[in-house]
Amino acid sequence: MSRYFGRKLGIYALTFVVAVTLNWIIPRFMPGDPVLRMLTRTSVSNPEAIAPMRTYYESVFGLDVPLWRQYLNYWVELFQGNLGVSVWLFPAPVADVIVRAVPYTLALLLPSILLSWWAGNKVGALAARRKWLDNTALPVSYALTATPYMWLGILLAWGLGIVAGVFPVAGGYSFELRPQWSWTFVGSLAQHWFLPFLSLFMVAFGGWAIGMRNLIIYELEADYASYLAALGAPRRLIRRYAFRNALLPQLTGLALQLGVLVSGALVTEIVFAYPGLGHLILQAIQNQDFFLLQGIFLFIVIGVLAANFLIDIVYVLVDPRTRTGMQGAT
Amino acid sequence: MHRRSRWLVAGVLALTLGVAGCTGGDDGAATSGAGGLPGPAGGGGGAYPRNETLYTSGTQWGPPNSWNPIIPGYAMGTVGLAYETLFLFDPEKTEITPWLAEKGEWADKTYTLTLREGITWGDGKPLTADDVKYTAELGKIKAVPYSNLWTWLSAVDVVDPRTVKFTFSDPRIQEWENWLYENAIVPKHIWESRSEADITTTANDKPVGTGPYEYLTHDQDRMVWKKKADWWATKALNLDVKPNYIVDIVNSSNEVALGLLLQGNMDLSNNFLPGIANLVKGNFNIKTYYPDPPYMLSANTAMLIPNTTKAPMNDVAFRRALASSIDTKKIVEGVYGNIVRAANPTGLLPVWDQFVDQSVVSQNGFAFDTAKAKKALADAGYKDTNRDGFVEGKDGKAVKLSLIVPAGWTDWMEAARVISAGAQAAGINVVPEFPDAGALDDARTAGTFDLLINNWAGLSNTPWHYFNYVFQLPIQAQQFSANFARYESKPAWELVQKLARTPQDAPEFKATMAELERIHLTELPMIPLWYNGLWSQYNTTHWTNWPSSAADTPKDLPTTWNNLWEMGSIKMLTQLKPAAG
Repeated sequence: MSRYFGRKLGIYALTFVVAVTLNWIIPRFMPGDPVLRMLTRTSVSNPEAIAPMRTYYESVFGLDVPLWRQYLNYWVELFQGNLGVSVWLFPAPVADVIVRAVPYTLALLLPSILLSWWAGNKVGALAARRKWLDNTALPVSYALTATPYMWLGILLAWGLGIVAGVFPVAGGYSFELRPQWSWTFVGSLAQHWFLPFLSLFMVAFGGWAIGMRNLIIYELEADYASYLAALGAPRRLIRRYAFRNALLPQLTGLALQLGVLVSGALVTEIVFAYPGLGHLILQAIQNQDFFLLQGIFLFIVIGVLAANFLIDIVYVLVDPRTRTGMQGAT
Repeated sequence: MHRRSRWLVAGVLALTLGVAGCTGGDDGAATSGAGGLPGPAGGGGGAYPRNETLYTSGTQWGPPNSWNPIIPGYAMGTVGLAYETLFLFDPEKTEITPWLAEKGEWADKTYTLTLREGITWGDGKPLTADDVKYTAELGKIKAVPYSNLWTWLSAVDVVDPRTVKFTFSDPRIQEWENWLYENAIVPKHIWESRSEADITTTANDKPVGTGPYEYLTHDQDRMVWKKKADWWATKALNLDVKPNYIVDIVNSSNEVALGLLLQGNMDLSNNFLPGIANLVKGNFNIKTYYPDPPYMLSANTAMLIPNTTKAPMNDVAFRRALASSIDTKKIVEGVYGNIVRAANPTGLLPVWDQFVDQSVVSQNGFAFDTAKAKKALADAGYKDTNRDGFVEGKDGKAVKLSLIVPAGWTDWMEAARVISAGAQAAGINVVPEFPDAGALDDARTAGTFDLLINNWAGLSNTPWHYFNYVFQLPIQAQQFSANFARYESKPAWELVQKLARTPQDAPEFKATMAELERIHLTELPMIPLWYNGLWSQYNTTHWTNWPSSAADTPKDLPTTWNNLWEMGSIKMLTQLKPAAG
């Protein structure tokens, strides 16, 4: 057991180092110069001021030392929780900017990932056994899973927001409110959260439902199912076994899908003007704010790695074969 | 059958419960995040009463992050609502009017400024001459944007607590007036403890100003200002800002702004909303400054900027041919649906019409005429030798020019396509390209482009600003704010400097202007295209008496854009009336 997790942790640590390094390298190879961006912003009109201002901003952004030193500093500061200063939102520290946006993104991602996985599996399993449900749920699921996140988002915002006027189309909570502990405020949060959540949920839901339906059909045709049936086991029992077996690939799928879901959430946030990381990423790219970009990617990398690790643990819990395998290995 | 329906019901129930349960579960997560924000959580009430609150947008494109009036990029209203300037600029009378200052007088090379009595900072301390001196002297720090002030200002002296004397080495009247109304005064007693580096890097998150509003709260997607109990102008000028709260919504896209405006959840949108003409005509309670085309006031001039360091843009004949190949009318009507106006060939905004010398324009101006453009090219020796439909350079090499505008600026992208089509019809191979805004900034600053569109020649107190934008010398390796065409004309630059020193009412001012217009039109270092609008649309459901061209309505600039509050937009707030009911 400990060897299994030790190996896993080692792999994750290595991935982390590589990801963080790439994260540091890629923005630096992007065309563009953050210092120039600042100088353009302040539109220096005094020619004599350009050189001193350049040196000054280089030191603010830590660009005045050799590259290897910048890389080392990056790691040191990373462990101190310091992600540098944003160029686009100068002089705000990147960590502050991200911390303010992260709760919104997490509040969208976690429920939509978990619920769509759960509901998709349930409905898919049902569909495998009910022809009429199969005939309705399957086409709907195919349509949903093929829908781009933002397109569904735009449809929902237009239909339920602009035309029906049931849901708001922008913001994290009503523009009339200040953050506080009250039912009005919580209600407003939920109201603004619902549509972006729904569009994420629906697209992911379709994918899981199709996957589960196909897996169940496959499992029900497996030898062990036929054997159980021949032994006269009740259909209910057979289905339960099939469902459990089918869940495992779906769990792996969840780990693989995390990245896609995160990017989906980012696009959805832009559509609904939801104040999460999505809008920040877009603007950071357009403004060549590579400190902010680094910070956000770092957050995503850590998030995806942590989620994968959790899924590894869950895998051990739900699949007895893994445990047996590990005992055999030790 | 019975069993099936039971399953279905169970499934649907599970789904609904799941969604509901998740709604509950999520709230915890989201609120705990929001609860951590430094909002005045205990500040009772919570909601802003609709009839006391003005909702605006169109200024901020990212989370509010700085309230430092010294460094550009501050939150909407930092200068204007919180910090104030010594003078305001009145675009109707085209003169500066006293604001924090009571008066200012020139005597040879000195300017004596008297402050109004009874102005206090948000913390109750009085505004004094020391604050003005301190603010001006901040310009000695190189990283402060107005540091070039000190190349022609030599000393600032406090005469008494209400009087400051500025002594100039080179009295540039026009440039000085520009400084007076564009820069906010900061309180010395709070700022003097900050180091040089702090002054230009602090977010200044507790702004203490003299203005009518104070910081209330902000979040990722909004900035909220609250009316101060007493504001000096209420007593001194009988002005009272009407909204008790101003909530400025951060733009994510113009579509979102349009949605909010239509729903009546936004009162003033300063976004570019294509097709707004239909909404103004329809029954949506949406109004603009003019009820008919062009609907909007003009805010700045969109210019086609050729890089005059490259061939063939270094040839004036080529630039003139290019200018007459552009169908500006098609841009105004087709791309903008008439919400902008075609620019005068001089490029001077309509407020400067009095200074446009019509005889110069009729002699040297340009107009859309493809045949004339072709002829001009042929006369200048540009021929299509390889018969691909496009002229070659004088060296015989093919000419292919890229016209860059920022990706996502849909109106400019369309305009670039119109320009390219016009130029190609005349035989000039212009190809539109759409890089990121940042990459475009770099190309413009470093001078690595062929053609681009820029509109930084905006509304200001003096046409000097415009010609400074066109002709500024010397050319640097990096051009940050002016003369992106990198055009060297020493005579023009001398005239621009002369303009800076001439009072606007002097007869030479007009003569100098006419001479500059002549040089601009004959040499055409930049090609004026159209006047971009001061995008502004209001929903009259909750607030009325918006500025408009109609009689007996306010004439202030209806905008929340930074740098325009000090052009009198602040007065718009004193004129608004809550809708009855």
